[in-house]
Amino acid sequence: MNNDLTLALVVIVALAFDFTNGFHDTGNAMATSIATGALPPRIAVLLSGALNLVGAFLSFSVAATIASGLVSTGAINLTVVLAGLCGGITWNLLTWYFGIPSSSSHALIGGVIGSTLAAAGSHAIKWHGLVSKVILPGVLSPFIALGIAAAGTWAVYRLTREVPKGTRSHGFRIGQIGSASMVSLAHGTNDAQKTMGIITLALISEGTLKAGDKAPSWVIISCALAISLGTWIGGWRVIRTMGKGLTEIESPQGMAAEASSASAILLSSHFGYSLSTTQVATGSILGSGVGRRTEVRWNVAGRMVSAWIVTMPSAGAVGALAYAIANGIGGNAGGIIVFLVVIAIGTGFYLLSRKTKVTPDNVNDEWTGQVGIPTPTPGPAKAAA
Amino acid sequence: MTPLLAASSNSWIDLNALWKICVIGLICGAGLPAVFAIGLRLLSLPASSGGSAGSAAPPSVDDDRIYFGNVLGAVGAGICFAVVLAAIGLGIDWIVST
Repeated sequence: MNNDLTLALVVIVALAFDFTNGFHDTGNAMATSIATGALPPRIAVLLSGALNLVGAFLSFSVAATIASGLVSTGAINLTVVLAGLCGGITWNLLTWYFGIPSSSSHALIGGVIGSTLAAAGSHAIKWHGLVSKVILPGVLSPFIALGIAAAGTWAVYRLTREVPKGTRSHGFRIGQIGSASMVSLAHGTNDAQKTMGIITLALISEGTLKAGDKAPSWVIISCALAISLGTWIGGWRVIRTMGKGLTEIESPQGMAAEASSASAILLSSHFGYSLSTTQVATGSILGSGVGRRTEVRWNVAGRMVSAWIVTMPSAGAVGALAYAIANGIGGNAGGIIVFLVVIAIGTGFYLLSRKTKVTPDNVNDEWTGQVGIPTPTPGPAKAAA
Repeated sequence: MTPLLAASSNSWIDLNALWKICVIGLICGAGLPAVFAIGLRLLSLPASSGGSAGSAAPPSVDDDRIYFGNVLGAVGAGICFAVVLAAIGLGIDWIVST
């Protein structure tokens, strides 16, 4: 097999994944600020994109976990990495279409685990690393974030109950700019690292790098750019669900939710846990609703949690299937065909999404139900049925 | 060895990291917004009697101006906001250095 071509495909698909990671996760940092009007939607995504870029250069411990902590590098090759990325992208696009804030990280890791299982069997998976660095933190982090956000929201409302409502709202809108910026920065330190880790893994498997090597600087720079561009494009569908779907957000609880997300993500990055920034941000928003004792749409939250649970297995199944196809055809042709299928899937979701478009202008409209399922319109549709 | 230390040597779940994430997370994630809230509270203390007449009118609910009429309150608020900014700065510095 000509490794250069497949390596190029892997890098392109990895950067494409990083891009979807960016727009899938804009909402993590900015949904609450956009919902409360702290930042105009277009400014919010620009700021978030810029800070993701900065954050990507700040810390590298998560990249190391992905590159060498989850699968044994000897057992995998470029086709495995390519197939895994395809699994991650497909799941990310599907959940983006439905506006579900699911974990891009789990999609990526699930995809790679799936393709590795298909290629080399379960002995190639470092189950211990997977459970202790990904699955357990993934289960615990939303609850921790929920608790911190609930405590913060309660405290903030308690402390400012004498402050006139208008003044309080204005003050916290200013504070939100700072806290949302911190989440964006934190997202860069955590999520941009994951793609860096995957490309590093590809380079290790192909022999350019040794196991344990750090990501080369061209990898760091291109990943940072891809995720920040994606963030700037703005995943309006997911932003809408997070900002309007879970609970009505006022600026004091928005700030508390963002502060909780930022601190949980940064601390976990520090310990090398590759947790899902999406799940943390969702936990925080739910916690802020609990702390303010306002209505929380637990049915929307429940739908998300079920998506979270199936994320790794589903992305893994797609990754395994992609590996079977690429390996079955074999050589460069296999890689190219899988690559083209992913492009077709991406184009398909993009065209579908235009039917129920979410834009900066309608992102804050009254919540009417799930994103991606058009509200039934009487008339031609019914007549046809 | 105390039970706590024994538990923290569990290889599946790093309890040492877990409690740090919970406690430091609570201090930063909930504590800093609370300090910010105290700052806002101090900033909007009513003007001391006989003080500045300019901002004497009580604000209505719809008024979203941030005003300050009380010098001590404003100084306290400044300290609170400075603490929040300093904590953010230290946090970024800590991330960069690790």
